[in-house]
Amino acid sequence: MSHASIASFEGFGLGLRPPHYPEFLGGQVPVDFVEVISENFMVKGGKPLNVLAAIRERYPVALHGVSMSIGSADGIKLDYLHRLKALADRVKPLWVSDHLCWTGLEGFNSHDLLPLPYTEEALRVVCANIRLAQDVLERPLLLENPSTYLQFADDELSEWAFLAEVCRRTGCFLLLDVNNVYVSATNHGFDPSAYLAGVPAERVRQIHLAGHSENGRGLLIDTHDHPVPDPVWSLYQQARGRLGAVATMIERDDEIPPLADLLTELDLARALAATRQCAA
Amino acid sequence: MNLLALQRNLRDHLTQGSTDIGREIRGDPSARLAVYHHAYRAQLMDCLRDTFERVWTWLGDAGFETAGQKHIELHPPHGWTLADYGNGFDRTLKDLYPSDPELAELAWLDWSLRRAFDGPDANCLEAVDLSRVDWNTAILYLVPTLRIAPISTNCATIWTALSDGRSPPGVQRLAAPMALRVWRAGHTPRFRSIDALEQQALQMVIEGATFATVCATIESTRHSKAAAVAGSFLASWLQDGLISFVENC
Repeated sequence: MSHASIASFEGFGLGLRPPHYPEFLGGQVPVDFVEVISENFMVKGGKPLNVLAAIRERYPVALHGVSMSIGSADGIKLDYLHRLKALADRVKPLWVSDHLCWTGLEGFNSHDLLPLPYTEEALRVVCANIRLAQDVLERPLLLENPSTYLQFADDELSEWAFLAEVCRRTGCFLLLDVNNVYVSATNHGFDPSAYLAGVPAERVRQIHLAGHSENGRGLLIDTHDHPVPDPVWSLYQQARGRLGAVATMIERDDEIPPLADLLTELDLARALAATRQCAA
Repeated sequence: MNLLALQRNLRDHLTQGSTDIGREIRGDPSARLAVYHHAYRAQLMDCLRDTFERVWTWLGDAGFETAGQKHIELHPPHGWTLADYGNGFDRTLKDLYPSDPELAELAWLDWSLRRAFDGPDANCLEAVDLSRVDWNTAILYLVPTLRIAPISTNCATIWTALSDGRSPPGVQRLAAPMALRVWRAGHTPRFRSIDALEQQALQMVIEGATFATVCATIESTRHSKAAAVAGSFLASWLQDGLISFVENC
């Protein structure tokens, strides 16, 4: 089944986190959109849905999920998709996104973004799951590249080639997490510029920017608990030069700083994007 | 190796420490698998700490870590949402600490308050809404966030002290059977200690008995002030926002 496209949107937003609810609800925070974690609002009632309705009156909202398990070999769960569809109908989001990963299998759910082998078999599984998700949700998905800490011996494709093929086969779009590109490139020794050059630019609708940590065993970890570091800003500049008008968001999940700090980071993203436009 | 077998192997590494998945990974797998092994457990422990904050305070860091790791070992998560992972932690504590019933009771209270927080919304009646009710045939429908459980200790007093940051009292066994009821009023989860008779009355209402039948049951307990007791229950349920609607059968 074909689904409507998603228009490009050059906005600058933040991930909505509970410590900042009062400021977002109390006035106009200078953002073009907010992104919320879908699962936090796939609930039956109470304050979360009330807060989300009030936020939605003030800001466009993107839904970002962590539990669709798009790469599970035993298929995607329909009850999850129906819950997500109900939330999307309520919120009327800019778009719905999740990750290129698997989180569970045969009833088990790790609640972590587990890596996939980049093989033809995995490609078929991921594409079948995305097609089902898009049919139930009645909209195209945005698929985010994960941070990964291992690669499989059977890999046949690079991650960017895998993503490009998923887009081609399913019509889905991409959420490019520039920090994740940097983290995975460092962990696996590939060139992040090759990644940026390899993803289908015309399918990218959103960028995530975040920070990371080093785990003491030579690996970078996607902790989302630090400001965006310089190498990620550099990569962002490079990405904007190739991708053109896309939405950009600062994603902080832990050690949440005052809202003003995140807005300062978002201003830097705006400035870098403007610089690229002037250069073009 | 096909995808299903590979994912089973990685799952078994996370839950049981199986090393079969190592053969499928490029390079030295130990440091790389350790990231996922650690993240899986750390996230579940964070979830338990967040959900069972008063149990954590009561048990202390080391005790809670031991209990949490045991729960993770025995009960891999199955729900689509991490928020469900605390379901059953009270039973784990009951098994681990059979001589300390306040632990499971504190856990039940932490868990029920958390579930009430984002449970289903419901209408809630006020006294004026009951002016035309025929009490001979009335059936009460209670708010869907209501949960009831028997208690044998002063867990409610301990929970409140821990919540207020005060020094909690010592554990005391209750002289008579009691229960806790948990529900949400507006956006705020609440709880109240109730006696065994109110617990029985609420249970009958939940099971669909008419209010007249509930009153008759109270009377059958040879309570000297049965009518007044039934009236006080009704007033308390109204005041607390427990009654969602009334139907005359």
